[in-house]
Amino acid sequence: MMFVPGNNPGMMADAHIYGPDSIMLDLEDSVTMAEKDAARLLVYNALKSIDYGTTEMVVRINPLSTPYGKKDVEAVVKAGVDVIRMPKTETADEVRELEAEILKVEEEIGAVGRTQIMAAIESALGIVNAFEIASASPRMMGIALGAEDYTANLKTQRTPGGDELRLARETIVVAARAAGIACFDTVYSNLDDMETFRAEVEYIKTLGFDGKSIINPRQIEIVNEVFTPTPKAIEKALKIVAAIKEAQAKGSGVIAVNGKMVDRPVVIRAERTIALALASGVLTEEEAAL
Amino acid sequence: MMRHSKLTSLEEAIRRSGLRDGMTISFHHHFRGGDKVVNLVVDKLAEMGFKGLHLAASSLSDVHAPLIDHIRAGVITKISTSGLRGALADAISHGLMEEPVVFRSHGGRGSAIASGELHIDVAFLGASSADELGNACGYSRSENAKSICGSLGYALPDAQYAEHVVVITDDLVPFPNMPRSISASLVESVVLVDSVGDSSKISAGAIRDSKNPRDILLAKSAAKVVINSGYFEDGFSIQTGTGGASLAVVKYIREEMISRGIKASFALGGITAHMVKLHEEGLIGRLIDVQSFDKVAAESIKSDPFHQEVSSIEYASGEHKGSATHALDIVILSALEVDTDFNVNVLVGSDGIIRGAIGGHQDTAADSALSIIVCPLLRGRIPCVVPKVTTLITPGASVDVVVTEYGIAVNPSRPDVAERLRKAGLKVVDIHDLAAKARSIIGTPDPLPFGEKIVGVVMNRDGSLLDYIRNI
Amino acid sequence: MEIQNAVAGTLESGDILVRIAPATTDGLSLALESSVAAQFGAQIRALITDTLSGLGIEKADVTAVDKGALDCTIRARVTAAAVRATGVDVWKG
Repeated sequence: MMFVPGNNPGMMADAHIYGPDSIMLDLEDSVTMAEKDAARLLVYNALKSIDYGTTEMVVRINPLSTPYGKKDVEAVVKAGVDVIRMPKTETADEVRELEAEILKVEEEIGAVGRTQIMAAIESALGIVNAFEIASASPRMMGIALGAEDYTANLKTQRTPGGDELRLARETIVVAARAAGIACFDTVYSNLDDMETFRAEVEYIKTLGFDGKSIINPRQIEIVNEVFTPTPKAIEKALKIVAAIKEAQAKGSGVIAVNGKMVDRPVVIRAERTIALALASGVLTEEEAAL
Repeated sequence: MMRHSKLTSLEEAIRRSGLRDGMTISFHHHFRGGDKVVNLVVDKLAEMGFKGLHLAASSLSDVHAPLIDHIRAGVITKISTSGLRGALADAISHGLMEEPVVFRSHGGRGSAIASGELHIDVAFLGASSADELGNACGYSRSENAKSICGSLGYALPDAQYAEHVVVITDDLVPFPNMPRSISASLVESVVLVDSVGDSSKISAGAIRDSKNPRDILLAKSAAKVVINSGYFEDGFSIQTGTGGASLAVVKYIREEMISRGIKASFALGGITAHMVKLHEEGLIGRLIDVQSFDKVAAESIKSDPFHQEVSSIEYASGEHKGSATHALDIVILSALEVDTDFNVNVLVGSDGIIRGAIGGHQDTAADSALSIIVCPLLRGRIPCVVPKVTTLITPGASVDVVVTEYGIAVNPSRPDVAERLRKAGLKVVDIHDLAAKARSIIGTPDPLPFGEKIVGVVMNRDGSLLDYIRNI
Repeated sequence: MEIQNAVAGTLESGDILVRIAPATTDGLSLALESSVAAQFGAQIRALITDTLSGLGIEKADVTAVDKGALDCTIRARVTAAAVRATGVDVWKG
């Protein structure tokens, strides 16, 4: 998910050409108070007029507790945004409050249920309430970690190793899976160190994250590379799924592929690999069906 | 001073040349944005009272704005060039000159000089070093070197065919200044000046790797086109232009060359530090250099026998079948505009003002096996893929592929290439869709308010007329 | 509608700087400077005046410096300037 400041018309106009899976137009931290009104109008008009293709469009609004939040919701829902990202989420009640605000506007324009929510967790309390937040609404499609504010809240700072984020990251993944939704990791802002960035992406993938927030098109390729299954992994996954299908047809329960037992977790992982491969475009529907 | 020294003052050199009103003088543009030679010479000619001269430069740029006054005063009444930029271009677009500027490609200029169609009376050729008999180079091997430009490819036809040749240098070295680019046997006078060019500006606008994400995206896409074009095999040859995206393509092709064990037989142009690096790594066999784009390339030509300087005739003349472009596989070029017939405009801006140069565009596109244009769909609110180009510089028949950030268009005359690119998973689209996409984003521009006066004529490389440029 | 001096936008590429001031003439006066004046000047003028009258502003002095902004950006900046000038927002919130 690529962050784009909501007060930069030049960037908003063509952020999608770099092929990010989703774009997050920001009305919150990257916009000064004096420009919140103007940024809201830029984002509204951009969402209404620019053809972002199949890119998922997300807007990070200001908290409802600020003078800007409600107007942000009104504007972006009316513009047809896919997902509203709520910053600094700490309780399930906040989620429900946002949900109500979204519903109000959707009812006004006759588009009930269209808008989804993503909650950014950026504090200790948020981490403690992660599962409640993740399961607070059927509109909730994912939760994300905001590391800068989180580490400040923890009264520590970010380190290259990321020790201070271990609990937060693992909690978010667990909470998301328990609630059946997606989870996203925080941004990495040093654009000159692509090596460390790649290592971080690989690490959070291992932890179980579905994706990562990025701040520059140059980071897109690395995220895609790390998350795209290798040809070897795809081949293996296809074999497993084919073997299971065959076994089911024959009516037998337990099967082995390459001498290894194939039970449910293995099959699920294989199916996920195939889904990722399809989404990344390295596998076609026909190839998957074979 | 040696016996038979040709060293003299500029004024004396001009007198010796027999220059008269109405004659043709010529210059090269190897010092690019740092050039001082044109202004120096024309200032002196104006001072000496000359009028009605035809200035035939290989190209002109922003730094030549002082010519405006000389044109107004009638010192210069005709210009032949590959390009114009800045205040001079602006003034000419608004109708400064009575006679239209004649625009030629580098190969076209070379052909015209060789055939006599462009007859040069006096050539004033800047050099970074020269001895008193006139052996001249685009670099110097002395301790007093003040400037460097590398290849003198655009000066060589002038040296060979002009009636009278004056070498102007800022570093006079002891005879013999060899190896040399311009032979003393072609030179009549040698003039020593303080500076022939501002070193910091000679490579201005060249060649730092673009960090612009759009340029990187375009370069990577163009590299994929090259790799999957069917021409990317051991012994291939390549040329790239100067735009940020075209330059970076070489970087991205390199990785693939290494992993496949492919080497290029030569790189042509337009030689850059990137190409020198690949050559020194053994990935490119020879460098054929008509213009050294940066200091690295200029230094390389000094010491590397496999880095060969060539004249614009040997580089790109359509008339001379031995010119290097005839052996060229792949060329990567940029454009101001491309239209739905694949015609390209690199000379006139979408506001009707002249702001570019033909360069080797026509030549390389026509002679190469595969010509690839890399340009963004839009530059701000200006569309680069349009229904019809503002001015026709390179005919669509010689343009094979257009790479934009919204997709790749392939000339219908190359279905083989389109098929290969599609098979490789690249986003191949119809060029009409690209033009429509541009309009859907920025709207439809109003037609430009061109006037009736013809301020420029665009020549094709064979000497035929291709298009007119009117005043705005 | 009561108009105060207000500004929105920047001089960055792809943006438009819009200034609204109380009217000194009877009606809308618009001074436009644009990097694409030849190609889009007329269309931009029309868009600015249409957007303003859509917001109920028929009398004002407007200056705009355009750096190649797309229509959606022009609409956004003109609306922002108008909201700031009149104190009347387009959102209920």
